[in-house]
Amino acid sequence: MIDTSTPRTQQIETLRRQANQTRCRDLRMIHEAGMGHTGGDLSATDILTTLYFEVLNVNPNNPADPNRDRFIMSKGHCSGALYTTLAYRGFFPVEELSTYMQPLSRLNGHPDRTKVPGVETNTGPLGHGLPVAVGAAIGAKLDQAAWRVFVLTGDGELQEGSNWEAAMTAGHRGLDNLTVIVDRNRLQQGDAVANTVRLDPLADKWRAFGWAVAEVDGHDYDALLDVFGGLPLETGKPTCIIAHTHKGKGVSFMEDKAGWHHRVPTADELQKALAELEAAV
Amino acid sequence: MSTLFDCRNAFAETLVALGEADERIVVVNNDSIGSSKTGAFRDRFPDRLINVGIAEQNLVGVGAGLANAGKIPFVCSAACFLTGRALEQIKADVAYSNANVKLVGVSSGMAYGPLGATHHSIEDFAWTRAIANLTVVAPADPEETAQAVRLAANTPGPVFLRLSRMGVPALYDHSYAFKFGKASMLRDGGDVTLIANGVMVTRALEAATLLEAHGIEARVLNMATVRPLDQEAIIAAARETGALVTVEEHTTYGGLGSAVAEVVVQTVPVPMRILGVPGVFAPTGDPAWLLEHFGLTPEGICDAALELKKPVLR
Repeated sequence: MIDTSTPRTQQIETLRRQANQTRCRDLRMIHEAGMGHTGGDLSATDILTTLYFEVLNVNPNNPADPNRDRFIMSKGHCSGALYTTLAYRGFFPVEELSTYMQPLSRLNGHPDRTKVPGVETNTGPLGHGLPVAVGAAIGAKLDQAAWRVFVLTGDGELQEGSNWEAAMTAGHRGLDNLTVIVDRNRLQQGDAVANTVRLDPLADKWRAFGWAVAEVDGHDYDALLDVFGGLPLETGKPTCIIAHTHKGKGVSFMEDKAGWHHRVPTADELQKALAELEAAV
Repeated sequence: MSTLFDCRNAFAETLVALGEADERIVVVNNDSIGSSKTGAFRDRFPDRLINVGIAEQNLVGVGAGLANAGKIPFVCSAACFLTGRALEQIKADVAYSNANVKLVGVSSGMAYGPLGATHHSIEDFAWTRAIANLTVVAPADPEETAQAVRLAANTPGPVFLRLSRMGVPALYDHSYAFKFGKASMLRDGGDVTLIANGVMVTRALEAATLLEAHGIEARVLNMATVRPLDQEAIIAAARETGALVTVEEHTTYGGLGSAVAEVVVQTVPVPMRILGVPGVFAPTGDPAWLLEHFGLTPEGICDAALELKKPVLR
């Protein structure tokens, strides 16, 4: 739940510092592992930081609390950003991040709920998170429970038809306890989304499926806090937040480059990236 | 002729009874209330039947989400669409995630005979039994169906129940205790073992009667659970009877017969025959005709056993 007693400027500064720390640790982790999804991790980091440190009602000491808010990372390949955020939020030790994708590590390349506390469902194949989120939201409604469901999808991921099956169901049932955040970084693995299969008009698509839609800068903590603080956008409708982001956000030479989708920084690139991030704090 | 039962009725009645006792029981389906016979559940618990429309990927994902919310979802669909269309959701959202989801594939095998191969579900054992952490069950009669449904509800973890709509006689009464992964011996014999499940069990029993006339004593095992497989019963059958015939309403590629063979060749290699649909799309025809067409009849099973027992001429 968003803390309203702390001044907003202070909240934003705390989030900014946390996101910066998350980015630095994530890049080190990817470099050490020699694998990872650098670009999408960085585009999602501010959203994840805002959710986990200000919005979600979750308790690292009781990750299975039946009344917790559910967060589902549908873009499971960005496990680096998720694990780093979960670790800093206290779900498991930060030191464990150095096992990322190593043999027998529970920090698999894509999140596994049977092993990692805080993970709600196993994702990796795209288009799986939203249907599961819809099911959880229906479950909460059946129990008239207050907990909410959040799901983060990529934008290229919306090419998967299963999302639209789930979007139809959520719209039909008016699941206003459900929020999807689209990490709209405009790039997919091989090219721009618009050059692959375009999504625009994206907001209109969600509206046509019965959703209330907001568009925000996905790196603007103030805007993110505002939109998350005003959920649901409309009573009786699920919410879609189209978060406009930049792949590789925070590192100048990675930003908006499809090539950084799953490129791993060299030692030299890592040092340059960390220097930029540290200078930004 | 004995009375024939549609096992979907036992499923539907058990589901309503479970729903009365436990409000966590919910049904998810894909506009298949009629074919899954979940109308009574909907009438009794209107809020607890979630119809997601004609959208199988969503069907299974929503089931996993309901399990995440603490529900015990029975996700019902025609077996062909449930397993074919949503296999990745079954793998990732249900089995790999260890979600407490009960998948119910109805009208399995060639029950939709005249509708053609799109609607036949003769690949589902192969697809589902390859997935780790998924219990795969094809009950043979109403009692076994009811017990499997109850056991699925009461056992945490993913289960796939494969239910036919073809009439079958009652084989068990209340004294039976179905367990996942445990075959039931319906008849003992020392010459050959007939291993079947689902609608084929009755036919295997009838084949055993036919074999008597040839002086062959057949053991009959109902291998309702395809995964985890009752390896002990298979090894004992191979050791004690020396020949096995498997019978399934499924392709001979990757199903019950393959599962049994995997055990047999690595433990007690004995001659086997695998009866089923021999790796083709089945033609149109009513279900009984199709079973006859592929030799999945008491006579066909009997002939296969006789051939297996015939001394090899060199």
